[in-house]
Formats: sequence, C-alpha cells, structure tokens
Amino acid sequence: MTRMKFTKEHLVKYMLTLFALSSLLFLFLIFIFILYEGLPLFHKIGLKNIIFGFKWAPTKGSFGIFPMIVSSFLVTLGALFVGAPMGLSCAIYLSEYSGKKMKMFLKPALELLAGIPSVVYGFLGVIYIVPLIRNHFGGAGFSLLSTSIILGVMILPTIISISFDAITSVPKTYREGSFAMGATKWQTIYKVVIPSAKSGILASFILGMGRAIGETMAVIMVAGNALKIPMSILDPLRTLTSNIALELAYATGDHRQGLFSTGVVLLVIIMVLNYIANFGIKKKVIK
Amino acid sequence: MRIKPRLVDKIVRICLNFQAFFTVGILVVIVAVIFFKGAPHVNLGFIFSSPEDMGRHGGIFSTIIGTLLLVLLSIFLATPLGVGTAIYLTEYTKQSGFTKTIRFGVESLAGIPSILYGLFGFIFFVIKLKMGWSVLSGVLTITIMILPTIIRTSEEAIKAVPRNLRIVSYSLSATRWETVKKVVLPSAIPGILTGIMLSVGRAVSETAAVIFTMGSSLRLPTSLMDSSRTMAVHFYILAREGISMEKAYATALILVVSILLINVIAYYLMNKMISKYS
Amino acid sequence: MDIKIRVEKLSVSFGKNKVLKGIDVDVHRHMITGFMGPAGSGKSTLISILNRMIEFEDDVSIEGKVIINGVDIINGDINSVELRRQIGTVFAVPIPLPRSVYENIAYGPKLKGIRDKEEIYAIVKESLKKAFLWDEMKDRLGISALKLSGGQQQRLCLARTLALMPEIILLDEPCSGLDPISTAKIEDALSELKKEYTIILVSNNTKQIARITDYSAFFYLGDLIEYGPTERVFTYPSEKKTEDYISGKFG
Repeated sequence: MTRMKFTKEHLVKYMLTLFALSSLLFLFLIFIFILYEGLPLFHKIGLKNIIFGFKWAPTKGSFGIFPMIVSSFLVTLGALFVGAPMGLSCAIYLSEYSGKKMKMFLKPALELLAGIPSVVYGFLGVIYIVPLIRNHFGGAGFSLLSTSIILGVMILPTIISISFDAITSVPKTYREGSFAMGATKWQTIYKVVIPSAKSGILASFILGMGRAIGETMAVIMVAGNALKIPMSILDPLRTLTSNIALELAYATGDHRQGLFSTGVVLLVIIMVLNYIANFGIKKKVIK
Repeated sequence: MRIKPRLVDKIVRICLNFQAFFTVGILVVIVAVIFFKGAPHVNLGFIFSSPEDMGRHGGIFSTIIGTLLLVLLSIFLATPLGVGTAIYLTEYTKQSGFTKTIRFGVESLAGIPSILYGLFGFIFFVIKLKMGWSVLSGVLTITIMILPTIIRTSEEAIKAVPRNLRIVSYSLSATRWETVKKVVLPSAIPGILTGIMLSVGRAVSETAAVIFTMGSSLRLPTSLMDSSRTMAVHFYILAREGISMEKAYATALILVVSILLINVIAYYLMNKMISKYS
Repeated sequence: MDIKIRVEKLSVSFGKNKVLKGIDVDVHRHMITGFMGPAGSGKSTLISILNRMIEFEDDVSIEGKVIINGVDIINGDINSVELRRQIGTVFAVPIPLPRSVYENIAYGPKLKGIRDKEEIYAIVKESLKKAFLWDEMKDRLGISALKLSGGQQQRLCLARTLALMPEIILLDEPCSGLDPISTAKIEDALSELKKEYTIILVSNNTKQIARITDYSAFFYLGDLIEYGPTERVFTYPSEKKTEDYISGKFG
C-alpha cells in the first residue's frame, strides 16, 4: 500500500512540474513564432525604414509604421489623461471616504465595468461619442479625442483597483499621526497617504497604459484608421494594434510579414512596459 | 487669498463624491442604453434561431453555441494546467531561480495583448499546425490566454490557506499530495473558482484573439475543426459592417447579460464555498 | 527494553544559530516525560526532530542520533509518513481541520487505507473516549469542529492523534491557551493514556510538569541542564539553574 503511495507521489510531482513548465513553453512559442514571422522583413527592408518610415503601403513595398507607433503612444497618453485623474479620485473616494454600503455597491459595479467587452465600448463610442465630437468640435469625429475617451473609461477599473490596493495598504498610523498634528482629511491624503502610495499608484498607471496600448477592437471602431500622424486631437489615426487587426485577414506574403513586424514592435513595447511595472515598481509596493 | 483648509476639505469631498458617482453613472448609462435599445429585439426566437442573411435577420443561436464551445473547452484545458502550476509553485518548491523564472513566464504571458495572441494563434495553430480557422484553434489560443489569470488567482487562494492546516495534515502522516488534495485545495476552492469565473468572462468578451483563430463562420459548428463565430465576434461584425443596428444592440444585450450572470454566479459560488469551509 | 527513545549527542542548528547542543536523553516507555524550560531553550525543536516535522524548515543541520525501536531516525533509511503513524503530535494551538468532528478523527485512519465504515466508527469512538471527549460529542459527531470550545478542540486534536494508534504521543504546550478545567481534563486523559502510550509533554508551566510527569528534563538555551525522575528533580535539583527555574526566579 505504501509503495503505491510513493510512486503516485513521484508521478504527481512530475506531472505538476510539467504543468508549470508549460507556461514557459507557451511564452517561448509565442515569442519564437511572432519573431520568426516578423524579423525577416526587418532584414529585408531595414530596421530604420520600418520603424521610422512614414508610409504604410505594403502592397507597394512601403512598410513604414512610425505614424502608428506615434499614434499608439498618443492614445495611451490620452487614455491616461482621461482615466488617471478619474481613476485615482475614485480610488481615494473608495478607500478614504466611502462607507461600507457604498463599498458594497461600488466594488461589484467596477467589476462589471471591467467585464464589459471592448467591442461594446467601441460600438457605443461610434454611436454616441464620435458624432458628439463631430458636431461640437469638428473634424470627422473619429479621432484621437474619441479614442482617448473610450480607452480612458476602459482602463478605469485597472487604475482604480490597483491604486485602491496601494492606498489602503498605507498604515493607519500614518493617517493618525497626521490628524494628531491638526491636518484636515484632505491635507492628510494629499501630503501623507498619496506620497506613501506613490509606487502603487504609478504601477496602476503603467498597467493602465499597458492595457491601452494593447487594446484593439475599441480603437478600430473609433479611431478612424488614418495613416498619418495626428496633428490635433480631432485627427483620425491608426495604432499598431488596429494595423494588425484590420489587414491580417487578407494579407499574404510580404504584407503579412509586415503585420508580424508590427506585432514584433508592439511586443517589444509591451515587454518593456511590463518589466517597468512588475519589476521596477511593484517590487517597491510589495515591500 | 488663502482658502481655509477646512473649506478645501469640503470642496474636495464633494468633488470626489461626484467623481465616484460619475464613474458608476457611466456603467449605468452603458447598461441602460444597451438594455433599452436591445431588449425590444430580444426574444426566444432570437436566442434559439441562427443568423440569416449575414445576420440581418434571424437570431444568434449558432454564435451562442460557438461561444459555449470555446469557453467550456478552454476552461476545461486551462484549469488543471493553471491550478497544477499554482500548486507546484506554492507546495512543491522553495523560492529559487527556477520558480522565479516560471513566475516571470506567467507574468509575461499575462501582459501580452489579445491581438498578439490572435497573431500567434493564427500563425501557429491555423497555419503551421494546419488546423485552419476552427473551434480547436480558438480553444487552444484562448486556453493559453487565460492560463496566467488562473495561475495567479489560484496561487493567491492556495497561499491564503493557513500554514497550520498543512502542519496538522503532515503530522497525521499525510504525504504532500494527500495534504494538497484533502486539505489545501478544498479550502482554496472559493478563490480558484473566482479565477475561473474571471477567465470565463474574459473568454466570452474576447474578440481579437478569437476572430483570427476561430474564424467567423455563421454555420452551427458540428465538429471541433469547423470554423465558428462567438457572440462577441458576431457583434463586432454586425456593428462594423453596419449590417443591422437592431441585431447589434440585441447581441450586445445578450453579451452584457451573460457577463452579469457570470459575475453573479461567481459571487454566489464564492459565498457558498466560503461558508461551507469555514 | 525500558527505553523507548534514545537521543544521543543531538545537535541542531538553523543556519549559524545552534539551537540544541549535544543533547543526551532517554525516554522511558509508558511514562510521561516532561521537557521544561524557558522559551528558546530548544524543547520544541527537539519535538520537531522526533516527528521529523523539521524537514519543512530551511537551512537546518543535524548531528547525532535518535534511536526509536532500534532505528536511527536521523541517519537511517526511515520514511516520515510511516514514522508519523508511530509518533503523534498535539500542538500548542488547537488546529481543527475545517470539517466535522467525525471527519477530523477519521482523517488519519483513512490515510492508512482503512475503508470499512464500521471499523472507522469504532476507531473514532475509542479515540474520543480516551481523550475524555466521547460523552460530550457522541450525539454531535457531525457538527463542524470549528464550533467547539478551545478545550474541546484540543481534546479533539488529542483524539485525532490517538486514532492513528501511535506508540508515542508528543504534546507541545498543549494547555497554553486553555482554562483550568480544560487543562485538568487533558491532564487526566494523559495520566490514563500513559498506561498504553509513551508520552512526552513540553511545557513552560513547571507546576504542570510537577503534577503529571514521571521524568523531567530541564532545557536551557539548547543545553540539557538536568534530567531525572520528576520527584527527585523537583525536590532535590542538582543544578542551581534548575532550582532557580523551578522556583520561578526566571522563565
């Protein structure tokens, strides 16, 4: 009886080790295949021509994605501009001002907000936000502005929940000390709580950025997909993600490789952002 | 002129109150719009009949089946893989370079945006492994996509089980696996279920990774190698091609209701499990 | 053989911290042996050597021998799972498993492979009786163990250990959080149990040691200062330190 138990133990450990290694395997596969399809074009056309090229016309041999790189960053910044103040305010409200009843109500609401599919956000953006901008501010409506608004709302749950965690993990004693010195609630938050939670709040912003830069479906629907660098917030644009999604279905040969090259650039940007968020900042938060 | 701090305090409180309600208001507006514009077009016929004429008429039955197949099979594959990995990382190893590497792998997978999963799934499953646009390609891609979420939440749930319980189990002559199976996992189930429900929600909403692996066939899938459409993909196509606003709203309503149901079930299961095991 | 456990020149270090310094002690069978001493003296470490729970700690180095039933459990080819069927442990804080009273006690026997429901029931009943808990629980075996009082939970832990039918029972400060009545119940149970089992009781409560143990060992900062029959150690301690500890001058 006991001998069987011990072979079983060994088998279980072996299987679990394999399971754990599978994550590394998958990561490896993803990197290999995207790089395998995407790198050749960098050799063929030249790294500079792709990353700093201004013209994207893959059927004619132009693979410049610089406008899209810029657009990706612009929508990310725009999303942060919209989402960070709102998100941080909500996080502060949730942790410092709201009572239990409010919390019980707000938390599920936030989870639901986070669960709504991105295509639904994009759809509502097209139907309501885009015409609103077109009628009141001009331009086509499909713009950096509309994209920033939609993405800003989409990254709210991320920013709120991580900032909330950071703020609530500030020890009570810090607040109490500040009150003891006669500070008001807001002064305490502003001068003591937020600076202490700085790393975590920053991490939430960077993770929000990561989400925004990786978002595809909503962006396709409200950004307009113009191939130029937007010069004003009312100009339409195309991001790296929408580039891939719009053309992958029918691209062949070099065109398809060009889309994978776009994917490589996106992958690199995401990995860098991830590294900063997880290892640079989160480590401080955990401490 | 300096404004009195107490006045500032009051103003800030009002502003933050407003912010919070505004945020919730956004949710309310979204749900309300979808409900009011979609409900008129949702009926039993809509749910149980398949799309006709590219979706201009008919219902969304085939897409519901496509969604169910994708989600259930992905969860079926990802759960043992994910929970097993979490068990390995917490119960079978001490912190080392090896575990750090695996954790790095998991965190990296978690950060990859869905369009890149779509790209990967497309080149690897659809093209190289010659599975074509199929339910299988979609399932395998989504499995990898939701794996990090299940690993993370499972790990947290397992770590939350008090160390004492393990000590007791070992002192009563249990082996490591027996301790995991009989003491650790049962207590960790609420947390693990939460991770699973979260992943279900993600899989239902996912579009970019699905459309390039599972395709967008409107026919009812009869085998795993058939292409199929999920509700999210169907909704996207309806909206983007401007095929039918009514059907689009109706589909959106079903989608949002599904997400709502998933959240509610998750809460219910969590509470039930917690009361059972404490 | 009168000696159940023989400890020879046992030294244990956690990293650079030497916790046990060359301990020699013989534990007699069918006796209650008390390990006493202030916190940090190494008593609990010695317990974790005996039940081999020390293998869950990091950075441990062990020298010496511990011989039980003729086998050296430190260096010999011994299986921890089998060992723990012979040596049961009751911890300072009662740790019931989140399940019913019945299932708590049935946990050990089921691990041994016992499947017959009647057999298990008999074991549960017997164990609860020996732990002086049967009368209180016999109609309530299905209730969650978490609903019991502290004293009841600790007796449950004792019954749980007995269900494995070990030869040796280790108790590490089992009454530390309990009221005097619960403490008395456990002490009574132990006095009965020693007829069938070999018992080691770790306690910082010298009065408890004096009450129920047959042999006493006094540990101080990793050294075994004195060991002998309890009556003798408490009335004519041969070391000054022992005398000071017993009379409460430190601890």
